[in-house]
Amino acid sequence: MDSRSATVAGPGDPGRADILASHGIEASDVEAVNAASRRSFYKKREKIYPKRVAGRFRLAKWVVMAVTLIVYYGTPWLRWDRGMGAPDQAVLIDFPGRRFYFFFIELWPQEVYYITGLLILAALSLFLITALAGRVWCGYTCPQTVWTDLFLVIERAIEGDRNSRIKLDRAQLSVSKFGKKIFKHSVFLLVALLTGGAWIFYFADAPSLAKQLVEFTAPMEAYIFMGVFAAFTYGLGAIAREQWCIYGCPWPRIQAALTDEDAMAITYRFDRGEPRGAHKKGESWDGRGDCVDCRQCVAACPMGVDIREGLQLECIQCALCIDACDAVMTKVGRPSGLIAYDTDVNIARRQRGEKTSFRLIRPRTIIYAVLLAVVGAVMLTALIKREDLDLSVLRDRNPTYTLLSSGEVRNGYTVKLLNKARLGRSFILTIDGLDGAELTGVGLRDDADGGLRVPVDGDELRSVRIFITLPRMAVTSESLPVRFVIHPDAEDDAVAVDSVFLGPKP
Amino acid sequence: MSQNSTSIDPATGAEIRSHEWDGIRELDNPLPRWWFWIFLICVVWSIGYWIAMPSWPLATTYLKGTLGWSQRANVAADIAALQESRRPIEQELMAANLDDIENDPDLFSFALASGRSAFKDNCAPCHGAGAQGAIGYPNLNDDDWLWGGTLADIEQTIQHGIRNASMDSRFSEMPAYLTLGTLDRAQVSDVTEYVLSLSGRAEDAQAAERGSSTFAEQCVTCHGEDGKGMRDQGAPNLTDSIWLYGGDRDSIFETIAKARNSSMPIWGERLPAPTVRALAVYVHSLGGGEKSTMNMEGAQ
Repeated sequence: MDSRSATVAGPGDPGRADILASHGIEASDVEAVNAASRRSFYKKREKIYPKRVAGRFRLAKWVVMAVTLIVYYGTPWLRWDRGMGAPDQAVLIDFPGRRFYFFFIELWPQEVYYITGLLILAALSLFLITALAGRVWCGYTCPQTVWTDLFLVIERAIEGDRNSRIKLDRAQLSVSKFGKKIFKHSVFLLVALLTGGAWIFYFADAPSLAKQLVEFTAPMEAYIFMGVFAAFTYGLGAIAREQWCIYGCPWPRIQAALTDEDAMAITYRFDRGEPRGAHKKGESWDGRGDCVDCRQCVAACPMGVDIREGLQLECIQCALCIDACDAVMTKVGRPSGLIAYDTDVNIARRQRGEKTSFRLIRPRTIIYAVLLAVVGAVMLTALIKREDLDLSVLRDRNPTYTLLSSGEVRNGYTVKLLNKARLGRSFILTIDGLDGAELTGVGLRDDADGGLRVPVDGDELRSVRIFITLPRMAVTSESLPVRFVIHPDAEDDAVAVDSVFLGPKP
Repeated sequence: MSQNSTSIDPATGAEIRSHEWDGIRELDNPLPRWWFWIFLICVVWSIGYWIAMPSWPLATTYLKGTLGWSQRANVAADIAALQESRRPIEQELMAANLDDIENDPDLFSFALASGRSAFKDNCAPCHGAGAQGAIGYPNLNDDDWLWGGTLADIEQTIQHGIRNASMDSRFSEMPAYLTLGTLDRAQVSDVTEYVLSLSGRAEDAQAAERGSSTFAEQCVTCHGEDGKGMRDQGAPNLTDSIWLYGGDRDSIFETIAKARNSSMPIWGERLPAPTVRALAVYVHSLGGGEKSTMNMEGAQ
């Protein structure tokens, strides 16, 4: 099952030794280790022991990690006063109440296009940053990277840095080793549980849910989802790590299509580094490259790749190899930046003796930036202009109109009023554009000032049936425009929706 | 030999498969071993799933699984729970005075919603999804009612139906004047002309005049002297612009000649009383519903 069967003449080919013996040559029963017949269908995972590094990029990553983790764990605990009867959690996805609260914004299910807009903004931002500086998302902010980093911090604290971890893994099982492993995975599981726990706080009032969780009175779903998210956090961050990025994630493939030769990437400047080789202190640097082949870049890499092989699928561009190499270059007294954010175009330019430059402003970055600005502006305008009252009118399609015994023509409409305000309000519904029309509503009272009075509770949608009746004489066309207007009490801004009144041919 | 059909990709060291599409070739990278293990775990899981959950179909039944899970039973339980949860408001609906339902927003919206879904299930095949009716099936949106358009009238009509085996059903029978030989062809034609004249559409005044006397002899008992109909008999108003079987000359002639006596089932036998009442509220709300006389007196 493991190895592919091959029909090549094997080493045990009978008589071969005898034939060769005639020359006095010895024949060995040996096979190449990488022979096609031996190549496995499956690849064994090689464990990676990333070495701790210090430097500019590591610092930047610590900051990003701290900020993202604080935002993730902390957000559900922020409070935001919305008055009586509304949750005071700043960010809350309220499924039973069908509301999404985000600080001063409160979205209804029919406004899910804001979420769509947000996703479009996120996608465009990713496109732009990828066109500018490659896989920045993967290297710095992807939860997979951040949590893997977090788990590595724990791993280092318990098992030590790269060499101690390798040594520990190779050591015979002992009480000490067993204890360390158990301890490490317990902390992993605890972090995973907190991570899964934090996620469910976005869907319920965090302080009360936390209290329920501790007292074991929370709903079963809370524990189940917490467990599911914890299992994924543990599985992805503590176990799968780079395997997920290489085999599971579609994003590296998409990002590869979003970069071009001008996009900055973590680059080994082979023009400066080659020919590489060990360098003895005091020896001349003439005629050789700056790379001393210490492989600290490989040791530091959380993906276990060699950046000197060039840009590759596995590289998440976390920039830790830059820090590792810079430290070495400083020590050996050469300028830093042998590995740096650069482009292959620049390397070619240097080799030709030209000046290097970064083309940050290119058609694709301009397009992304403009799209980002347009979508952002549209969303902002929509958000600012968002009213706390919405009206929709659905004309009956079946029947399109009803002839009354008197010869009058009647149209039916389903009118939906969304009162997004906290308090119940009473609206006046009127119609414009049809002379001599009679407006009636099912279960509604006429208002003294004309029109129909429609009371709607606070934070509610009310759907009412409305009829417009026109004398036959007034039906001058098969389709007449009509405007529904809704007036909030004591407020000037009316909301209007256009519809039509259909009738028989005049 | 394998060496002839495969080669090694210099960049990755992976074997290149021999097939090729439009210049695109496939690298034969090995699968990670854990991926294979996950596949095996899924296989093992599926075996456990077969045992625990309903799985294999058999000749007349199926393996039910040790957990006894059944989607059918779950749906039945959900429906039972739903019906149970509706019971209080259904009792309220049955206890309420018909004319007061509209003033109780919760009860009214329940009746409308319940009536709408029951209508689509039971009534739409004849009356249409929008209750717009068809030839022979009344439009329930308009204000023309054969048997009365108050809530009580509509509920009575739905409960007991029209011209069926129930003793309480709405009943009347129009004679087939030509088929039975009561009138001859010319007389029927004259009456047709007269009926057309009631809505101002007669073309032959003399024929209408002749038809008028026949109408007075044969039709006024049910349709009234002025032709405005009689709801006790389910006799339609012949002076308005609404015609159940068509208002053109040929249709009216055929109606008089062969009569039209369509029926409606006894819905009270098929649907629970609260559903019948909800249906009445829904149909009443479609636009043509009439206020009961008691209510009108109260309003005055």
